[in-house]
Amino acid sequence: MVTNAEALSVMSIFDTFLNWKVFVQTLPLLLSGLTTTLTLGVTAIVLGFIGGLVLALVRLYAKTPLRQVAVAYIDVFRSIPILVLLVVIYYALPFVGLRLSSFGAAASALSLVSAAYSAEIFRAGIEAVPKGQFEAAHALGLSPWRLMSDVVLPQALRIVIPPITSNSINVMKDTALASVVAMPDLLKQATQAQALAANPTPLISAAIIYILILMPLVRLVGVFEKRLAVRGR
Amino acid sequence: MTRPIIEMKNVAKSFGLFQALHSIDLSVREGEIVVIIGPSGSGKSTLIRCINQLEEHNGGTIIVDGMEVGRGRKRAVLTEVGMVFQSFNLFPHMTVLRNVALGPVRVRGLSWVAAEERAERLLARVGLADQAAKYPAQLSGGQQQRVGIARALAMEPKVLLFDEPTSALDPEMVGEVLDVMQQLAKTGVTMVVVTHEMGFARKVADRVVFMDGGRIVEEGPPDEIFNTPRDPRLRSFLQAVLSH
Ligand SMILES: Nc1ncnc2c1ncn2[C@@H]1O[C@H](COP(=O)(O)OP(=O)(O)O)[C@@H](O)[C@H]1O
Ligand SMILES: [Mg+2]
Repeated sequence: MVTNAEALSVMSIFDTFLNWKVFVQTLPLLLSGLTTTLTLGVTAIVLGFIGGLVLALVRLYAKTPLRQVAVAYIDVFRSIPILVLLVVIYYALPFVGLRLSSFGAAASALSLVSAAYSAEIFRAGIEAVPKGQFEAAHALGLSPWRLMSDVVLPQALRIVIPPITSNSINVMKDTALASVVAMPDLLKQATQAQALAANPTPLISAAIIYILILMPLVRLVGVFEKRLAVRGR
Repeated sequence: MTRPIIEMKNVAKSFGLFQALHSIDLSVREGEIVVIIGPSGSGKSTLIRCINQLEEHNGGTIIVDGMEVGRGRKRAVLTEVGMVFQSFNLFPHMTVLRNVALGPVRVRGLSWVAAEERAERLLARVGLADQAAKYPAQLSGGQQQRVGIARALAMEPKVLLFDEPTSALDPEMVGEVLDVMQQLAKTGVTMVVVTHEMGFARKVADRVVFMDGGRIVEEGPPDEIFNTPRDPRLRSFLQAVLSH
């Protein structure tokens, strides 16, 4: 049923967008980009997690001046577009003598913003732990630190697993912005490879790699949410 | 032997504009079993929560084991006060054994081995030796509350506070918890119990305190309170709770 002309055009689409030879040639470049992307993403996710937890605790329990600093931080860094923050860190901070590598700038921008979002997630998680848990810990005489580490946080962390995973997916996606400051991440390497090969296959491959890495996490969030819904209140 | 372990003098507590406690005077001797009764909203919970400072009073003084508590004072003496809650408040992410052993390890400085040994002994005492490895959600309400009692006992407190320990239980489980409390009463530990179980009050209390409207209206030995109540509010309260 397929005419020769049609078969030819299908072939040529494949040759253009998923050219095997180009793919094999540029794969090493893409993989080195992937390594950078994963390193950047994991760094930002870990720093954002720690920073977010500290911010949430300060926002909930610190005395007023410090608490207000946390509130202001969270609001500011949830308002600023990451791309703008990244450009400011990379191109503006050198004017005050702070020169970061492209990795340093990207990791800072992503962590600073992720910490702000994580802080709000942790706060909601801590506030979702029933009041009776705090009271039982007080009644036992646990110190504020022990109350948090032994009683409240283990329960809060369980509650925040789905939203924290969602946030981590966003951080991973936003790593692609780092190509703007010349970081050799997956997207940057794919663009480079496309120019070299004069063929868009590397870009398509990069897109597929992003999807392959992130889709399991997206699925996982779905599973978490379903499980929470089943367990109900 | 009979020095007061709890002394409340002229204690007042307000929530915003609403005054929940008015000039409460109450002292509890070492080893005494005091049962607090009264209609819902009369301030019973607030009173015992002031004793261990889950609520901070804003008038008068509370002395526990010779030390004044509240208003920024150190909480050290409060580790001598244990509490059992209406809704159990067990830690859901820990096994029953851990629930009981946690306080002794974190507050008393016991090793986990020593604390778990103590926990096993206490769980046996409340009839739950075989449930130690389970999580609270796997237990019935009555069992959970007995774990709550074991958890409080593990701190070897001088005073045990109970806030309606059987009110959240299905009727068939009330007895097993009251039995444990009655056994406990014989061991010489001081107990302050808020409850609607008049049978328990009659049988176990050394003294019954009746509250209404945030005040202590009448107090005395159970015989007097139940057989010859003087205040009309106490009479109508008893009529209401004993009529069914
Ligand atoms: N945290 C609170 N905030 C405001 N009002 C409260 C609070 N706790 C208790 N109250 C009020 O104080 C009164 C006494 O409450 P409570 O001590 O719980 O009574 P009881 O235990 O005798 O039922 C009630 O009117 C209640 O609404
Ligand atoms: Mg109450």
